[in-house]
Amino acid sequence: MIATLTVAERQSAIALSMLVAFFGLIMMIAGSGDVLGVHGVIVLLFGLGFLGLVMSKYFEPEPPQERLTRYYDDPTKVGIVLSLGWAVVGMFFGVWVAALLAWPDLTLDAGWASFGRIRPVHTSGVIFGFGGNALIATSFHVLQRTTRARLPDQVTPWFVLIGYNLFCVIAASGYLMGVTQSKEYAEPEWYADLWLVVVWVTYFLLYLRTLQRRKEPHIYVANWYYMAFILVVAVLHIVNNLAVPISFGSAKSYSLFSGVQDAMTQWWYGHNAVAFFLTAGFLGMLYYYLPKRAGRPIFSYRLSIISFWGITFMYMWAGSHHLHYTALPQWVQTLGMTFSVVLLVPSWASAGNALATLNGAWDKVRDDATLRFMMVAAVFYGLSTFEGSFMAIRAVNSLSHYTDWTVGHVHAGALGWVAMITFGSLYALVPWMWKVERIYSPKLVEVHFWLALSGTIIYVFAMWNSGIIQGLMWRTYNDSGTLAFSFIESVVAMRPYYIARTVGGSLFLLGAIVAAYNVWMTIRMARLRGVTETGGTDEPVLPGAGAALQPGE
Amino acid sequence: MREFFHRKLERNAIGFVLAIILVSGIGGFVEIAPLFTIHETVEDAPDMRVYTPLELAGRNIYTREGCYACHSQMIRTLRDEVERYGPYSLAVESKYDHPMLWGSKRTGPDIARLGGKYSDAWHVAHLINPRDVVPQSVMPKYGWLMRNELKTDDLGKHLAAQRAVGVPYTDAMIANASADAYGQASPDSPYASGLSERYGEATNVRAFDGEPGRLTEMDAVVAYLQILGRLTDAAHRQAAAAGK
Repeated sequence: MIATLTVAERQSAIALSMLVAFFGLIMMIAGSGDVLGVHGVIVLLFGLGFLGLVMSKYFEPEPPQERLTRYYDDPTKVGIVLSLGWAVVGMFFGVWVAALLAWPDLTLDAGWASFGRIRPVHTSGVIFGFGGNALIATSFHVLQRTTRARLPDQVTPWFVLIGYNLFCVIAASGYLMGVTQSKEYAEPEWYADLWLVVVWVTYFLLYLRTLQRRKEPHIYVANWYYMAFILVVAVLHIVNNLAVPISFGSAKSYSLFSGVQDAMTQWWYGHNAVAFFLTAGFLGMLYYYLPKRAGRPIFSYRLSIISFWGITFMYMWAGSHHLHYTALPQWVQTLGMTFSVVLLVPSWASAGNALATLNGAWDKVRDDATLRFMMVAAVFYGLSTFEGSFMAIRAVNSLSHYTDWTVGHVHAGALGWVAMITFGSLYALVPWMWKVERIYSPKLVEVHFWLALSGTIIYVFAMWNSGIIQGLMWRTYNDSGTLAFSFIESVVAMRPYYIARTVGGSLFLLGAIVAAYNVWMTIRMARLRGVTETGGTDEPVLPGAGAALQPGE
Repeated sequence: MREFFHRKLERNAIGFVLAIILVSGIGGFVEIAPLFTIHETVEDAPDMRVYTPLELAGRNIYTREGCYACHSQMIRTLRDEVERYGPYSLAVESKYDHPMLWGSKRTGPDIARLGGKYSDAWHVAHLINPRDVVPQSVMPKYGWLMRNELKTDDLGKHLAAQRAVGVPYTDAMIANASADAYGQASPDSPYASGLSERYGEATNVRAFDGEPGRLTEMDAVVAYLQILGRLTDAAHRQAAAAGK
């Protein structure tokens, strides 16, 4: 892969690796005696590792000019592999933390292995590691196909992908060492946050540069979503992570905001991480891979427009529904509730648009597990957005908040929607990328589908039950007018559901392992056959008929 | 007409980017900016005190161990919560919390008013092995809190950073941060009196972990847990005024 870089590009890759290693060295020196120093060592080794990798291929001949007539897919391939690797790691930690709630001593007597430290490894591992890598990988693929333009250079996409994974590694290793800001889904400390800003701005500029080279006059709807994802996540990340470090030699910082303002900022971030990371980005995936795999154009262009702008406008108001009945002023809670309910309209417009696109292709849904992953994802997207709007209503929230119902809701979205659309898209994408006519084993895709679906259903039903029971037990009064249950009685009542949840999660993890194996074997199959052989249905060449997908009308 | 407009917009990448920024920017601005400007958002509580260095260190350990993932510190304005946990939480009570730890999940109970509810010895036993005192508990063990010495040499920097984000620590508090942390857990040491001078006579000064000679992470965490809900009486005053 390094051999496909031009000599000038190899030089900039070397310069970037040295720069990263240099920063690692500074962190190591400035943060000696602090966990910042440990992270400095990791960054230094990361930079030196890539330096060595590029140097080892430095004297290879220049790549042929002919490469410019083809799309640049190497970063997408690596992104797919990284995404599946993180999926297995992140879900393993998920099963572990789930098991700890049923068997609390299923761990070591050491800080790094305790529930509170490994839980964020699970959340960040699946959201940022699995989801984020899949988004970056697919966005590079979709962007090039829908603009019929090659990425502008061969270094920037690597910088984005590798830099992003460096962020993920720093985040996950930091949690184990106790480095966290405690802001949910924004746990990494100030230096990791600053690094992500650099990576993210580069990602945005890369997207814009490629768009400016496009040979299609219109920007396809999938790119609207990817752009909203990149842009808004940047804004959310920067504002919510404003903090003052105690010194430049320490990992610790204190957030700029406090109390009620901090809570509102955090949930403005938290809910829109759901909106623009876990929804907009993956809708971008849906709008490309589902119609491609079904062989049908998007059902309605007009619905696409309405749902896109509806989601972009309204989600940003919805965060305060996380703070009903708290010390947040009532007017903000009411605004959040109102917009959360209205948000159902654009959400269902998207889900309906996706399902209506399958009209005329339902036989394929029956036969093709890959397309079925995408169909089920659209259904779960519809279900969990309905549930979300419902739970945002103040009276419902009084029961559901603080309980496992929230956890169930999140996983209906994360497993049913985000993971399903990702697996479906990756199964479609992998044969195109490695130029083989099909995945190694369609049967294993089928097995994965049923593992994933049964795992999701067991998980979500367990959490619905436990959440509602918990909520009811906390508010039940006896005849004498006092609370009927102590808190610990509600904990005891959760145990069967915590066990069921662990089972559901294990099935889902097993499915992810099957997926990783299947993709790995597909790559091996492609290697054995030799990459020169053409197959696959993806348009391989830039000039020629406009096979790129048009907004359907 | 609308479709015609959008067809033009989607041919212009920069225009599209600006439209996304504009459309997505409105909601957050309308909901967040006024929270900084409307005075009633945070109640007045003249008796509100800041965390001592030891309590702040304990709070940082609470954050480090991810305790907020299972314990909320926000009692909602609901009858059953007020009867279970105490007066509902006021905004002013987390005025000095950078960041706030309101939490989003109660795998364990709310602890906004935990301070003073149990003895230090109970907390120490409970943190070492929760199942020794609550047999059905699913809380993790935190035995290393008792084994780890507390790091105090950089507490002055912590307080200075807190002041930079708006917490009213005085120069004397910052200068004596490390000594104050030691003094709070060593009632017989000469450092204890300076602490009471700076943070008030009502400050808890005792060997929280039961071992006066050693300053452990356990001292800090228990000191923090024992001050939860007791930085100001504002919530109790409001409940009393409401005729409860």
